[in-house]
Amino acid sequence: MISLSFAVTFVSSLAVAPLYLSIINKTKAFFAGRQGPPLLQPYIDIWKLLNKGAVYSKTTTSILFVSPVIGLGCLIIATAFLPVGRTPSIFAFDGDFIVLAYLFALMRFFFIIAALDTGSSFEGMGASREAYFATLTEVAFILGLAAMAKKTGTLCLSGMLTQISGEMWKQSGGILALTASSLFIVLLSECARIPIDDPNTHLELTMIHEVMVLDHSGPDFALIHYLSCLKFWIIGSVLVRMVLPATVHSAWLDQAMVFAAVAGIAVAVGLIESSMARLKLNTVPQLLVGASTLSALALLLGLR
Amino acid sequence: MLSWLEALIILLVLTNFALLGSSRLASLIRLVALQGMLLGIITIASQPGAASARIYILALGNIATKCLLFPWLFYRAVKEVNIRREVEPYVGYNLSLLAGVISFGLSLWLGDRLPFPTKAFSDLAVPTVFFMLWVGLLLIISRNKAITQVVGYLVMENGIYLFGISFVEAAPLFVELGVLLDVIVGVFIMGIIIHQIDRQFDTLHVGQLANLKD
Repeated sequence: MISLSFAVTFVSSLAVAPLYLSIINKTKAFFAGRQGPPLLQPYIDIWKLLNKGAVYSKTTTSILFVSPVIGLGCLIIATAFLPVGRTPSIFAFDGDFIVLAYLFALMRFFFIIAALDTGSSFEGMGASREAYFATLTEVAFILGLAAMAKKTGTLCLSGMLTQISGEMWKQSGGILALTASSLFIVLLSECARIPIDDPNTHLELTMIHEVMVLDHSGPDFALIHYLSCLKFWIIGSVLVRMVLPATVHSAWLDQAMVFAAVAGIAVAVGLIESSMARLKLNTVPQLLVGASTLSALALLLGLR
Repeated sequence: MLSWLEALIILLVLTNFALLGSSRLASLIRLVALQGMLLGIITIASQPGAASARIYILALGNIATKCLLFPWLFYRAVKEVNIRREVEPYVGYNLSLLAGVISFGLSLWLGDRLPFPTKAFSDLAVPTVFFMLWVGLLLIISRNKAITQVVGYLVMENGIYLFGISFVEAAPLFVELGVLLDVIVGVFIMGIIIHQIDRQFDTLHVGQLANLKD
């Protein structure tokens, strides 16, 4: 029974992840007074790219080719660590939240060396920015998860996420609120959304994430699109389980609630994107250090 | 137990971090005003039963001076002396935030170890007091505008005020009001001095003030 619900959740999370991207886009379109692309547009884009051939520059090596595949592997493993409803994942083990952070880092490492592999100085610039901001984001992410581990007294991600309850919010809501707001900034930064990075920009000197993937084409680029959606789903569902600990004592319904609530987060991201502009490049680190400060504060308060 | 009080104190702590990370003089002034407001609310909220008249006098006096009078004075000073409205720190914002986190950890450690005759209204109150003293000191030594020095001094005063209301039963009203009066006079004098410094030397950069010798 548990393995069945796990399998269904796992497959459906992999399947619906791109939907959240179109929810963000629909929200943005609504506030701009447009109709926006159809809900299935991300799937159509990915399908279109998968059916194209890939073009590889003569200067590149196999690294460019393998990096999206390795990224896909990393994120599929990361998805397996997420709990189903209110029951821990069957792949959960103590310390898997550190593995989660390392999986994100591994994927980023391969994207960065793939960008360097193309030999383009422009992509090198993008890679260096990505590495810089990611370093700062990781601090906030790890410290936030550590604060949660301390609060819930368990070292496994599923355990932490399923133990947060309304009772815990009443007792130490301060710590949870600090961690959640820090994780929200982590979400914006990891998924390259406004105010850290603008996913729509093609103004060369302001791009961060988009620069690195300029030389990917066809199926590789489809994978990269899909991976950014999957990343949004992973961090979004961690965040949702922190801020909405309600349960109806049924794994299926709880999981359905998580799917619905991540859509709420997508709407919130869309709201942010329609209401503010991207930060100046030199103030982005300040925001990320601020997020780390929030996480560190939560950890310190949890430690006493 | 998370009470509203605890949430207010965490907000107070966050304003200190915002002070360390913000780059505009105007936002510094707004944040210090917010601190005054929060302290006023904490004063009333920290009383277990119905608050007495002296608590209300204390809270309202605090809000009136720190939230209305001082920001008005500061804004006037910033407007009149015609300076760049940025903080221009000696120590960068990120490093200041890091120092803030470290000093918060130290204050938690220190606050848990100091014995007090009576218990404060919240476990977080005493650590926050030490933290605000650190932040005030940090603002004074690491920013180079004369106005930020006054802001730092005010943050330290806010910390001491929080200490006062943590043990409000033990401290007489007149002492608290006297401290408040001292601060008002202090800020007034500094406002005038800043104006005079600017008229005499055309700068408020404290690094250059050190060169003033007979």
